[in-house]
Amino acid sequence: MTRHLIPLLVFVVIVGFLWAGLSLNPREVPSPLIGKPAPEFALPQLRDGGNIVRAADLRGQVWLLNVFASWCTPCLEEHPYLVDLTRRNLVPVYGLNYKDQRSAALEWLGRHGDPYAGIVVDAEGRTGIEYGVYGVPETFVIDKLGVIRFKHIGPLTPHILNEEILPLVRKLQT
Amino acid sequence: MIPELGNFAIILALLIACVQAFFSLAGAARGNTVWMGVARPAAHAQFLFVVVAFACLAYSFLNNDFSVLNVANNSNSTLPWFYRLAATWGSHEGSLLLWILMLAGWMFAAAMFSSHLPADMVARILGVMALISIGFMLFLLFTSNPFDRLLPPPADGRDLNPLLQDPGMVIHPPMLYMGYVGFSVVFAFAIAALLSGRLDSTWARWSRPWTTVAWVFLTIGIALGSWWAYYELGWGGWWFWDPVENASFMPWLCGTALMHSLAVTEKRGGFKIWTVLLAIITFSLSLLGTFLVRSGVLTSVHAFATDPERGVFILGFLILVVGGSLALYAWRAPRVGLGGQFDLVSRESALLANNVLLLVAAASVLLGTLYPLFLDALGLGKISVGPPYFETVFVPLMAPAIFLMGVGPLARWKQAAVPDLARRLKWAFVVALASAALLPFTMGKWTPMIAFGLLLALWIVVSGLVNLWERTSQLAAAGGRARVTYLRNLPRGYYGMLVAHLGVAVFIVGVTLVNGYEMEKDVRMTPGSSVALGGYDLRLERLEEIEGPNYSGVRGVITVLKNDRAVNMMYPEKRLYTVQQMPMTEAAIDTGLLRDLYVSLGEPVDNGAWVVRAYYKPFVDWIWGGAFLMGLGGILAVSDRRYRLSRNPRRNETVAKASALA
Repeated sequence: MTRHLIPLLVFVVIVGFLWAGLSLNPREVPSPLIGKPAPEFALPQLRDGGNIVRAADLRGQVWLLNVFASWCTPCLEEHPYLVDLTRRNLVPVYGLNYKDQRSAALEWLGRHGDPYAGIVVDAEGRTGIEYGVYGVPETFVIDKLGVIRFKHIGPLTPHILNEEILPLVRKLQT
Repeated sequence: MIPELGNFAIILALLIACVQAFFSLAGAARGNTVWMGVARPAAHAQFLFVVVAFACLAYSFLNNDFSVLNVANNSNSTLPWFYRLAATWGSHEGSLLLWILMLAGWMFAAAMFSSHLPADMVARILGVMALISIGFMLFLLFTSNPFDRLLPPPADGRDLNPLLQDPGMVIHPPMLYMGYVGFSVVFAFAIAALLSGRLDSTWARWSRPWTTVAWVFLTIGIALGSWWAYYELGWGGWWFWDPVENASFMPWLCGTALMHSLAVTEKRGGFKIWTVLLAIITFSLSLLGTFLVRSGVLTSVHAFATDPERGVFILGFLILVVGGSLALYAWRAPRVGLGGQFDLVSRESALLANNVLLLVAAASVLLGTLYPLFLDALGLGKISVGPPYFETVFVPLMAPAIFLMGVGPLARWKQAAVPDLARRLKWAFVVALASAALLPFTMGKWTPMIAFGLLLALWIVVSGLVNLWERTSQLAAAGGRARVTYLRNLPRGYYGMLVAHLGVAVFIVGVTLVNGYEMEKDVRMTPGSSVALGGYDLRLERLEEIEGPNYSGVRGVITVLKNDRAVNMMYPEKRLYTVQQMPMTEAAIDTGLLRDLYVSLGEPVDNGAWVVRAYYKPFVDWIWGGAFLMGLGGILAVSDRRYRLSRNPRRNETVAKASALA
């Protein structure tokens, strides 16, 4: 009997590790940008007549930078959570409209709602490169001193918002 | 409407599977023939509804129904129709539905070709398969429904990942899944045998063709995937030891061990417990592969968009299926009697040693694949395990296994003598050794690894010829006619073995020579310039703009010259897929029996110049040729007469006797 239990025991050990592995993220290679000052940009706004906004203008508050585009289907997935986040008035979300067309972006926001405190236009994706964007959507948490504290690649989920981003934001705001 | 119909069909199939699982297993346990009778019609109905569901999804893709989230994310109206069809299984959700379809198909086949099995056995087999099916359908419905709507629908879809827009990708996943899922039949046979306590050579005879067919699909599926990586990824590699590749390779190694172990169980009644365990492990590794690919615990180029919820679900399912069957094994295996005795030197022991080597190889692949996870879980940092580990571990394990491939088929069952084997194989070894030592000189470079690789390959070929010679000699001595006339009398199963082993030899030749003699050049080229490689000159004539249905790009026109004479033209491309803005390298390959020329466009540099990567790859196609020969061997083995006759019990006896002699 004991001899025949060996395969089961081996399996139990493997399952233990797999279980632990589920709560780890192998992709979470610590982004080189974390803990570094957010790269400077000076970009025209999507609305408000295209006035230039600089990253430095946003100092002094904790804010989120959300990279989005009207052509990006996963952005639609996270969009309701952003709208909800703004409704709860917890933290300002700034949008980086990435490699998009102005009219398409405005129509998209008209249809799905605009949660952004302000939107800057990065039509050629240069600022995106500075921020190491390789998939849209991406979301950054930036603190009062303009330092990137957190980065999420891919659509936000309620889990990530409530368990990771909001606790961090609260901590940074105090 | 159509997607809802598909959704509904899956729900119906799920309900049928529940009925099928309950009545078949409970009926078999209580000896209730009416209940057991539910199994077959239920399996048929389940298959029908899964086919309907799959057809609905395929229909949505073909008709560009972007109100279906899955279609919107993985297709586009400019995508050619065959890639829209292939996009059906291009995503996590769709491939899961394909998996379910395959499972239902195998179940349907098991219900069809089991008329000669006892009713309770059939009921148990179909019941176990229905349980697996329930798990996957619940997974689909609760975490990954491909029929989910996206309202309002977008104007167009996000397009299929350009890497997957390739003929190889159209057939690679279905073949691979046929293999993965095919092992579920043998798994169900093993569980049924453990439940009923009837674990004998008849059981092994039934399991063998199913194992072989699943193995053939898996072999071809892996080979296609490797070939695809070779021509599509643009750097000419054919195997990367990526976790997902490993996920398909582990069941292959175990499945190979299982096929050989089943031979012993069938012919000698031995290795019963071991065979059952292998059947369980093989399918468990298929399931583990599913978990690894879809849960996001490992990074891989193949990983689907992952979601922790899915991981929890599959892990739970894995615990139920694998944990449950291993517990059943621990409980029932001690009651299964031992098989026939055999000596330390015998065909059994050779096969057992081979089995152990294959299993250790699979375990080392598993260790290498999970090692980053182990370290991460123990808080020891993030690492990745690469080809050096796998190559270091793999070659020393496979070399003795390949040596045994030559000896095993010549050794007698039960008891063989070393001096006798040595006498019969001595010349084979000398011939293989001498040719392996001399051949590299004719190719320009001698290294120990090349000679060793050739020795292994030649050893398989020459010992196979010795085997064929001895077999025909025995028949000729008994029958009195010329040897050649008896070639037709040998069973197909025997030829299957020879061809599959020859496939291994061809594969080794390919790997050895491409590793030993490959040449690579990275050069900056402008129109008119040329590069010399492996006796050829490649001249870049010009660069052209190209427009595809859903991409645009640049194509290089290259003339291949040998001794200043043009022998061929090559057209490597650099494409930019418009929807996802993803650049893709389409390598140009001039395929030949003895070598490939492989050219891919790198990046544009200044003044219309490009970085061009050119490879000369000797014998590289032998790698896949070898895999296809292995698959062909499997097909020959399955087409052996005794499987076709096995419905008739009386004739069965005679054939069994004939093949026992064989």
